Amino acid sequence: HSPLVFSSHNSSGGSTLLGYIGIDTIIEQMRKKTMKTGFDFNIMVVGHSGLGKSTLVNTLFKSHVSRKSAGWARDEKIPKTVEIKAVSHVIEEGGVKMKLTVVDTPGFGDQINNDNCWEPISKYINEQYEKFLKEEVNITRKKRIPDTRVHCCIYFISPTGHFLRQLDTEFMKRLSHSVNIIPVIAKADTMTLEERQEFKQRVRKELEVSGIEFYPQKEFDEDMEDKSDNDKIREAMPFAVVGSDKEYQVNGKRVLGRKTAWGIVEVENPNHCEFAQLRDFLIRSHLQDLKEVTHNIHYETYRAKRLNENGGLHPISSSDTQESNL
Amino acid sequence: MIERPETAVPSIAQRNLEGYVGFANLPNQVYRKSVKRGFEFTLMVVGESGLGKSTLINSLFLTDLYSKDYPGPSQRIKKTVQVEQSKVLIKEGGVQLTLTIVDTPGFGDAVDNSNCWQPVINYIDSKCEDFLNAESRVNRRSMPDNRVHCCLYFIAPSGHGLKPLDIEFMKRLHDKVNVIPLIAKADTLTPEECQLFKKQIMKEIQEHKIKIYEFPDTEDDDDNKLIRKIKEKMPLAVVGSNVVIEVNGKKVRGRQYPWGVAEVENGEHCDFTVLRNMLIRTHMQDLKDVTNNVHYENYRSKKLAAVTCNGVDTSKTKGQLTKSPLAQMEEERREHVMKMKKMEAEMEQVFEMKVKEKKQKLKDSEAELERRHEQMKRNLEAQYKELEEKRRVFEEEKANWEAQQRILEQQKLDASKTMEKNKKKGKIF
Repeated sequence: HSPLVFSSHNSSGGSTLLGYIGIDTIIEQMRKKTMKTGFDFNIMVVGHSGLGKSTLVNTLFKSHVSRKSAGWARDEKIPKTVEIKAVSHVIEEGGVKMKLTVVDTPGFGDQINNDNCWEPISKYINEQYEKFLKEEVNITRKKRIPDTRVHCCIYFISPTGHFLRQLDTEFMKRLSHSVNIIPVIAKADTMTLEERQEFKQRVRKELEVSGIEFYPQKEFDEDMEDKSDNDKIREAMPFAVVGSDKEYQVNGKRVLGRKTAWGIVEVENPNHCEFAQLRDFLIRSHLQDLKEVTHNIHYETYRAKRLNENGGLHPISSSDTQESNL
Repeated sequence: MIERPETAVPSIAQRNLEGYVGFANLPNQVYRKSVKRGFEFTLMVVGESGLGKSTLINSLFLTDLYSKDYPGPSQRIKKTVQVEQSKVLIKEGGVQLTLTIVDTPGFGDAVDNSNCWQPVINYIDSKCEDFLNAESRVNRRSMPDNRVHCCLYFIAPSGHGLKPLDIEFMKRLHDKVNVIPLIAKADTLTPEECQLFKKQIMKEIQEHKIKIYEFPDTEDDDDNKLIRKIKEKMPLAVVGSNVVIEVNGKKVRGRQYPWGVAEVENGEHCDFTVLRNMLIRTHMQDLKDVTNNVHYENYRSKKLAAVTCNGVDTSKTKGQLTKSPLAQMEEERREHVMKMKKMEAEMEQVFEMKVKEKKQKLKDSEAELERRHEQMKRNLEAQYKELEEKRRVFEEEKANWEAQQRILEQQKLDASKTMEKNKKKGKIF
């Protein structure tokens, strides 16, 4: 690096650099920092049982990170009420550590009467915001506030081929304003390509009509580049996915897939299903954005609401012994 | 002739025929009559929307019961569970079948699905009731059989097990209709997943004591083997399609995926052929028989027992449901007669009482009248006496007055006489 050189101003107001300063190394510094500290990512999967949620999560992160692999039996009974089960793992790739938390919701939509089955989920999401808010509002704050907020909620749509269910629209309507919802069509190997297209169009239209803003939300597009990228993604959503954690030999390659009597469904083949697209979208391009939208928008909305009501931050529950710091 | 072991009716001995009589032709006669009459079959399909019910029906009967012009119920969103029926007449080889398909759109689609089985139960009961009424009529010439002979229940291919809704529904309907559970959209599952799923379902069905349709054992060993094979495959995993695709030069019905074609009629791909053979080719008559002999009879005895218990004190009729109707009628008659006697006795009593009352009343009024009569008489007498008194006074007065008058007259006469005298005397100075 050359020694620091003073820049001179010119009439346009901006400053042209007379030499190389080294400001752009900040990116490298950030990267090093991130790699050292690692980061948290919390993903929630919602959908009624049997839609392949756990399998998909395992496939997404190419490791056994879902609740099912953590020791629960495969055919456990359907719980009577919606439960929230969170399982955390630390996975590492290329020197970057990620603490991945998968929040599962067994019992959602499985009962005969599913009224208000979204409430435990809504409560959980708000509780995480509340935890973060309390930490933030503390006088002596922790160096790094543990982030348990749900960054992304993948909602599994049943591949009926006809319409969205009433439960689907109800859930998404209620939660699209407090968390990023990404709808996916589960078990896409049920449908032929034409059926899939038709179903997707119908679902998209219904989501539009019901006013459900799924991630990436149109209103948060920052510039034209973002908008065009996201538009392309929005056109392709909801992604029709197939999950699998078994490998088979196809054309000399080992691929993840499902073997049926009439062929092998390749999970990562874009001609077969849109899993690869979902994975790229979720992990390779928009992971950080998901976290940012959660922090800057959903969390701030929650915070503003909490601080506005009652004119201050009062402890929510009577058992809370922390003092109010306002 | 096949020698049968001795039955419980030992008095009927078997005899060998000495010549050809001809009653071996009986099955043919029955057959010809039935063919002329035509057959009826009612099939009900139940399941959440989007499970491929309409497609399966179209595939089973090779017709477009639900087509683009008349879309299946799943294309129309329902707010409540409806029960819809569509009739179609199918002819094949001279045999006529009136097929009625009963569909249940809206089943299990709402957020709150409590009691979504109620419309279905009501429908089945109403059809049984229609038949019961037709059977009890005096004129029984035409008895159309609209009872539901078979109910295909579609289970979503989750791969885990039965949902609470599935269990509730089957528990409530296994006593009313033949329930055949099917795994819908079976091309979602790999063969291993399918096996596990089937085992899980059968385990849960046994756990909850659900009585699904049982294939009857026949006497033929070969048939029995086939039946046992079918039983092992329960619940049947089916795939439906009406689209014909070319595979290896052959035209088959199936679903085209980028990774292959799932053939509907291929036994290794799904159990569709098993279902079709069982439902149409071998067990259609048995389904009708079981409906008639078991489910309908259950309904009938429950219904009739409830009716006869209506007029009698319920505490006495507990445990009387098993009595024969005649004994029940006798009992009823006796009770009725007793009731009549009691009523009669009561009425007599009441009558007596009333008569006594009336008599008493009459006596009272008689006495009253007597009294009044007496009083009036006394009054009259008093008046009479008064009048007498008055009359006497009057008479006296009259006599006085008359006497006075006489005296006056006399005086007058005297006075006139003296006047005359005086005149005569010429006392006129």
